[in-house]
Amino acid sequence: MSEPSKLFKVTIDNITVEVEPGTTILMAARKIGGDVAPPTMCFYSKLKGSGGKCRTCLVEVSAGSTADPRPMPKLVASCRTNVMDGMIVKNITSERVLDARAGVVEFLLLNHPLDCPICDQAGECHLQDLGYEHGKAGTRYEFKRRTFEKEDIGPYIQLHMTRCILCYRCTYVADQLTNNRVHGVLERGDHAEISTYISKSIDSEFSGNMIDVCPVGALTDKTFRFKNRVWFTKPVDAHRDCPTCCGKVTLWQRGDDVLRVTARKDEWGEVQSYDGKPGWICNTCRFDKKHTADWVIEGPTKIDRHSVISQGHYVGLQQPKETVQAVMGGRAPKLLMDIHSVSDVNSVDISALPGPATSKTFDKKNQ
Amino acid sequence: MGRKLLLDKAHVENIRQYDVYRQNGGYRSVEKALKSMSPDAVTEEVKKSGLRGRGGAGFPTGMKWSFLAKPEGVPRYLVVNADESEPGTFKDRYLMEFIPHLLIEGMIVASFALGSTRSYIYIRGEYAWIVGILEQAIAEARQNGWLGKNILGSGFDCDIYVQRGAGAYICGEETALLESLEGKRGNPRIKPPFPAVKGLWDCPTVVNNVETISAVVPIINEGGDEYAKIGVGRSTGTKLISACGNIKKPGVYEIDMTISVEEFIYSDEYCGGIANGKRLKACIPGGSSVPILPANLLLKTAKGEKRIMNYESLSDGGFATGSMMGSGGFIVLDEDQCVVRHTYTLARFYRHESCGQCSPCREGTGWMEKILWNLESGKGKSSDIDLLWDIQRKIEGNTICPLGDAAAWPVAAAIRHFRDEFEWHVTNAAESQTRNFGLAHYANELPVAPASV
Repeated sequence: MSEPSKLFKVTIDNITVEVEPGTTILMAARKIGGDVAPPTMCFYSKLKGSGGKCRTCLVEVSAGSTADPRPMPKLVASCRTNVMDGMIVKNITSERVLDARAGVVEFLLLNHPLDCPICDQAGECHLQDLGYEHGKAGTRYEFKRRTFEKEDIGPYIQLHMTRCILCYRCTYVADQLTNNRVHGVLERGDHAEISTYISKSIDSEFSGNMIDVCPVGALTDKTFRFKNRVWFTKPVDAHRDCPTCCGKVTLWQRGDDVLRVTARKDEWGEVQSYDGKPGWICNTCRFDKKHTADWVIEGPTKIDRHSVISQGHYVGLQQPKETVQAVMGGRAPKLLMDIHSVSDVNSVDISALPGPATSKTFDKKNQ
Repeated sequence: MGRKLLLDKAHVENIRQYDVYRQNGGYRSVEKALKSMSPDAVTEEVKKSGLRGRGGAGFPTGMKWSFLAKPEGVPRYLVVNADESEPGTFKDRYLMEFIPHLLIEGMIVASFALGSTRSYIYIRGEYAWIVGILEQAIAEARQNGWLGKNILGSGFDCDIYVQRGAGAYICGEETALLESLEGKRGNPRIKPPFPAVKGLWDCPTVVNNVETISAVVPIINEGGDEYAKIGVGRSTGTKLISACGNIKKPGVYEIDMTISVEEFIYSDEYCGGIANGKRLKACIPGGSSVPILPANLLLKTAKGEKRIMNYESLSDGGFATGSMMGSGGFIVLDEDQCVVRHTYTLARFYRHESCGQCSPCREGTGWMEKILWNLESGKGKSSDIDLLWDIQRKIEGNTICPLGDAAAWPVAAAIRHFRDEFEWHVTNAAESQTRNFGLAHYANELPVAPASV
């Protein structure tokens, strides 16, 4: 006879997985991976106490456990609900969940400025991904959006409160990584805002990690602001012998210039762990070491194929077949102007350029 | 004339003072409990009484007490929720202001049953003057040996502290209250763990309403079985109702949950009818968060039965045709009131009081307020009504704490029962700015569907 299994069996979207007792539904779903894992905006597995706030990870529990198979009446936040043995969870197989999630996405975007074209987070923004994957095409909000003034909090970080979704992650970083939290949430309701205590600056050695955990563009790296779009930069894994942190980072390069340094992210957009410890990095590594000479380069960072950041990194891709003519019964579409006759917009490899692309780069006459 | 258990001595002169309160039979329940009963026996008595939480949810109090985790070496706490901020509810204020010793007495007994040696009263910031009254009562009780070390030689120690809130509605939610009591921002906690396991300073905690704790006094004095005889079904004992709105005699009334809603509104013993000779249009029977009912559904259930002022009858028919007992804030609207404006006012309140922690409530409440303002000010579109319905549906049940539900229900019920009034605001935008929709058909007798066999 074998030992009785101490693992809990939980079925999520008809896939059964065995997990340790005390695991949350979300972490069990991440073990299965793919679309079964609910999206998270506020939960961060490396930050204790985070989660439960954004409500994007709501799931339906259709059977509580083997012992008590009653369904839970309300949708539950999967990030803060522990699994029970024999629990049956519906995520993307539940209409109720998809409907509620679309609602949450709409709520999150309600007062969001949608200034993605000028936002440094664009391309690696969780809210963008969430909007594409779970949101609706349009908004039904017809009122003025709430706005805030931009605020400099410390020498390295700028706060765009307008973009904030109040996930509270940055406050957990300050609580758990630094000695003294000097920022938090002021006011309440829809006018609640993240701010520092009487305009104090955040100057802790690990404060830069707030930028990494911020799911949107509310906290941005002042040394990288408006330098480049993330999808034009090439991420490279590198390390250095750092006395204060793990020193394992991703360099975001353009040519030989290191434009930005961040911690390495795992497939869920969270900081990677090494030997069970999260690989937070210090401000020296993040803001001051911006030369390739400071680092030992390990090689290109693996970026999810679906991410826009991987755009331009696949050379020799097969062009999709032109189908317009076939669809239109042999007629060619009437073009107002063929942009290819005046511009090289589709044939220039932007990431190969040494500097930022300008209109001249695409102008055929100048070449 | 119903029996009064809580307010029977409320009009004795100087009942606020210890000596008078004692002469009128005060602190008998403490003597009885500490001298002749075990803590478990007190809990058992409360269970027998069928007392249900008077704060709004109506959860059986005895059961709540028996859920309290009792690990060794960890203190347990009793916290009294006096953060009575629900619009329309002012019953606890009356209790604390006029017979503060009743609450103190109930707290000593409850603390004894729960093993709480430090109990707290968390009182809303706006009740600033009541803090002094309670402090005075606590000091008097301590002087006379009802608080402190080794009360009545029983070996039981107990102290009571009063903590003032800072004026946030959300701190009436029990976990937000605990956060605030700990000195933090009053954000509701994510449950589980429930306060019975991890409450104040991570210790097992029971949070009870002022009226609930006060009701423990007559239960111990007369016995749980006697208490359970008052009332009907699972609505035992007496309930304080704070009646307000367009009635002749607004105020706090103690009822024994067997009288009908009609009697409560129209009898001279209670509200005395609608003021200024107007007619009843609608009523919120349990504090601003519960669904509003039009006059016809308020006085009779959908089955055609008389609606009684108790937990079961008020919620008869679910949210489709019923409402809730809630906290007993009885708000009456006469024919001159505009339901759209009224709903807007409530939405504005919930937008202002949302803590901003979770997204559906933070963003949704503000959105609903803006749409309702458009409807009220004659700028609404007919699609706005469906949009409101969809927004409230997406808030309800998807938030951390019940404030989301509380914000969604009034809007939902107003649209459910008064949709034609909303539509009239859209179609007759200009007219809606100069006059109200009036009573319309809201008091007409409803056809009763024959009981299905």
